Amino acid sequence: MKLDAKIPAGNLADKWTEHKVHLKLVNPANKRKYHIIVVGTGLAGASASASLGELGYNVSTFCFQDSGRRAHSIAAQGGINAAKNYQNDGDSIFRLFYDTVKGGDFRAREGNVHRLAELSVNIIDQSVALGVPFAREYGGYLDNRSFGGAQVSRTFYARGQTGQQLLLGAYSAMSRQAALGTVKMYERYEMLDLVVIDGIARGIVTRNMITGKIESFTADAVVLATGGYGNVYYLSTNAKGSNATAIWRAHKKGALFANPCFVQIHPTCIPVSGDHQSKLTLMSESLRNDGRVWVPKQKGDTRKPEDVPEEERDYFLERKYPSFGNLVPRDVASRNSKMVCDEGRGVGKSKQAVYLDFRDSIKRLGKAKIEERYGNLFQMYEQITDENPYITPMRIYPAIHYTMGGLWVDYDLMSNVPGLFVLGEANFSDHGANRLGASALMQGLADGYFVIPNTMGGYLGSGGIEKVTIEHPAFKDAEAKVKQQISQLLSINGKHSVDHYHKALGKIMWDRVGMARDAEGLNKAIADIKALREDFWKNVKVLGSGEELNQSLEKAGRVIDFLELGELLAKDALHRNESCGGHFRAEYQTEENEARRDDENFSYAAAWEYTGENNEPVMHKEQLTFENIQLASRSYK
Amino acid sequence: MNLTLHIWRQKNSQDSGKFVTYQAKDVLEDMSFLEMMDVLNEELIAKGQEPVAFDHDCREGICGSCSLYINGRAHGPKQGITACQLHMRSFKDGDTIYIEPWRARAFPVIKDLIVDRTAFDRITRAGGYISARIGSAQDANAILIDHDTAESAMDAAACIGCGACVAACKNASAMLFVSAKISHLSQLPQGKPEREARALGMIAQMDKEGFGACTNTGACEAECPKEIKITHIARLNREYLRASVK
Repeated sequence: MKLDAKIPAGNLADKWTEHKVHLKLVNPANKRKYHIIVVGTGLAGASASASLGELGYNVSTFCFQDSGRRAHSIAAQGGINAAKNYQNDGDSIFRLFYDTVKGGDFRAREGNVHRLAELSVNIIDQSVALGVPFAREYGGYLDNRSFGGAQVSRTFYARGQTGQQLLLGAYSAMSRQAALGTVKMYERYEMLDLVVIDGIARGIVTRNMITGKIESFTADAVVLATGGYGNVYYLSTNAKGSNATAIWRAHKKGALFANPCFVQIHPTCIPVSGDHQSKLTLMSESLRNDGRVWVPKQKGDTRKPEDVPEEERDYFLERKYPSFGNLVPRDVASRNSKMVCDEGRGVGKSKQAVYLDFRDSIKRLGKAKIEERYGNLFQMYEQITDENPYITPMRIYPAIHYTMGGLWVDYDLMSNVPGLFVLGEANFSDHGANRLGASALMQGLADGYFVIPNTMGGYLGSGGIEKVTIEHPAFKDAEAKVKQQISQLLSINGKHSVDHYHKALGKIMWDRVGMARDAEGLNKAIADIKALREDFWKNVKVLGSGEELNQSLEKAGRVIDFLELGELLAKDALHRNESCGGHFRAEYQTEENEARRDDENFSYAAAWEYTGENNEPVMHKEQLTFENIQLASRSYK
Repeated sequence: MNLTLHIWRQKNSQDSGKFVTYQAKDVLEDMSFLEMMDVLNEELIAKGQEPVAFDHDCREGICGSCSLYINGRAHGPKQGITACQLHMRSFKDGDTIYIEPWRARAFPVIKDLIVDRTAFDRITRAGGYISARIGSAQDANAILIDHDTAESAMDAAACIGCGACVAACKNASAMLFVSAKISHLSQLPQGKPEREARALGMIAQMDKEGFGACTNTGACEAECPKEIKITHIARLNREYLRASVK
C-alpha cells in the first residue's frame, strides 16, 4: 500500500488556497441528494454538521450522549490559539505554524499545520459571530493569554470554560440546521461498525442505547469525529464515556491507525487519591501563566508548603528552562515533574505530586484578578481536594489527556478508505508527537467549519458513488456480527465486572506505556494485554439484556476495543526507537535526560494496517519532508 | 463511613418504579458521590444484581450529564456544584441518603436515575442560536463589546443544561434554562437582530414541551450548579414582552 498524503504542490502559504480552487464542486440543487453521516458532536463533529448542513447536504448526526451539547470538548478549559497578532507581539501565521511543528517535535506534516494556522484566525471571527463571549479588555477588544510552547500571547479564552463556549457555539449552529431540517440528530446512538462496500465507506451500524435496537444507515460519505483514545489508560482527563470504538472498528474495516503511541500526558492534573478514583481532573495549562511549579530542594521534606522558605524551594522548570520557564510544552513539564518525584522530592500524601503556587501572583495582581482569571478552576480544585488554593499551593501531577495519534488521513482529511473522513482528535494529522496547549480546539473547529465543507465537495463531486440500501449483504453481515458480539458478551456471565478489566488494562498501560517506556516493559505490556484480553472473553460478567438501556454492555463493547488498541499502542511504542514529544523511550535520552530524536530513521508517520485477529499488524510509512523548517533539536532552555 | 441508601429503581419508562434500600460500607470521604455509586455498582454486579443506571460523563461539573436528586435537592446538599463534584466528606457516618431522578413531566424517566432531557435540545432548536453563516464573519474585533457586557453574557452562557432548575422548581418550569440562553445572546450585539424571534420561538417550544410556569420562588437559582441568577428570568420577561408588542 502506497500512502499518498496528497499535499498540494507549490508554496506553503498558497497550498490551501490553490487546492480549494481545484477541488470539485457539487451543484447546490444536488447537495441535498447526498447523505452524509457524522459521528460525534464535539467541536469537530458539531461544526462539521453545521457547515455541511448549511451547504445543503442531507446530514445525519449521531452521538452517544443524551444531547449533542455534552460531548467532551465541553470540558476544555484554557483557550484556543489563533494567529491574530492583536497583541502586536510578533505573532504571525508562520510563527503559529512553526511553533506547532516544533511543539510536535517535527512529526507532523508541514502542509496540514500551515493550513491550520491560516484557518485559526477565521475560527475566532466565526465563533464571535455565533455569540461566543470571549474575554474582553476594557476597551472592548478581545483579550489574550499565553500558553505553553509559545513566546507570544495568542490564546483567546472565555474564563476557564473556553471549550464549553466554543462547543455551545457550534452546537447552536448545528441546532439551527436541525431546525431547518438539513441535519437530523440521533442522540443516545452508538456507532458499532463501519460498512465498507467495494472498498468505499457506505454507512454505519448503530445501537439505539435506549431500546437496544441494532440499525443500519447508508451514506455517501461517513465523517468520524469521535475524539481520542486516552481512556485506554482507564484514568485520564477524558469523560467517562469517551471511547475509541468508532475509530477502532473503522480500523478493523481497513482504515489505517497512525502513530498510536503519541499520547499526551498533561502536567497539571489533580493527583490520584485512592483505588476508587474514576477519572482525573485537569487544571488548565493557563494556570502556568500565573502559577509557579516547585518542589522542596530536600528529599522527604514534610513541612507544609507555606513553611518552606524561598531558598529551599526548587522552581525546577524556571531553573532548567529559563527562556520558557513554567510555560514549557506539556511533554517537557510532565517529564520533569515525574523526575523530581522519582528523586523523592514529590509532595503530598502520595509523594506523587508537585506544587503549583499562586502566592507571588496573588501578591502582584491581587486575589480579585486571579479569581477573575481562574475562579472556576480554583473552586473545582477545592471541591475535590478540600484545600483552598488561594492559601495553599495546588498539588498537581501529570495525567493522560490527549492522543495525537489516530486514524490516518490525507490532506483532505480522508482516510485510506475512500468516503471515510476523520476529523479532530480522532485523526492523527496536525500535532505530531506532542500537541501544544489551546490547539485542540483550534484543530477541531478548523476541520469542521472550514476544511470538510471544501474537501467533502471534492470527494462527492468526483462522482461514481452508486446508491446502496441497507439490504446489501455488507450491511446484513455487519449487523449480524454486532448482534453476535453483544450476545456473546451477555452470555459469558463470568467472575469479573467490565470495570475490573478496564482498570487492569489501565494499570498495564500507565506503568509500562506511560511517561517513560523501554523495550523490556513494552514487551511485557504486550504479553500482559493479550493475556488480559483472553481472560476478558472467558470471565467477564455483563448482566441484563441487549434490548434495554444497559450501561455495562455499552462499557463492555468499548473496553474490548481498548484491549485491542492498547496492544497496538504498545507495539507502535516498541518499534519507535527514539524519544520524541509524548513518546519517551528511556533508552534514547541525552545526558541531561532530554528526549533524543532520531530524524534519520524515524522521520515518518507509522500507519498500521489491521490484518485480522491474532495476526501481526503491518506498518506503512508516510515519510515526512520539511521544506520550510529546519529540523532542529527542540530546546526550550 | 457507612451509609444507608434509598435509590430509585425503575426498569424502563413503563415501569412504575420504587425505592430500593442498599447499605454502602466503608465509604471514604475523598470519594466523589459518583465514585461511591461506582463502588456500590461493583458490589451489585458481584452479587449478580443489575447495577444502578445513572447519567454521567465528564465528572468535572461541565457536561451537565449528571442529574441526581439527593436528599430532596438537585445535585445534593452543596451550593454551586454538580452531583459529580460532590464529595463524600459532605456526609457523615450513619447518614441516610435518598437518591432520585429529576422529576418533571417534560423529563420522563428512561431507567433508574436516567431521564430524557431532549426537550432542552428542542427548545434550543426553536431559536437558541445566532444565524451567522459559516465563513461569512468579519474580523472578531470589528464590533467592540465592552468588558462588562461580555462578562455579563458569559455569566448567562455558563449554563450547562443539566435541568436542575426544572427539577428544583415546584412547577417544573424551564424558565431559568431558557432565560440563560436568551440573556446570553440578547446582550451581545451579534444576537440582537434575532432577539424577538428567539424569545417567541423558545418560549413557545418551552410551553409545548409541558414545562410549568414561573412563579418566582427562586428555587432554580438556589439549586443551579452554575449559580445562574434569577435576574435572567426578568430579562427574559422583558425580551418576551418586547417581542410580543412589536
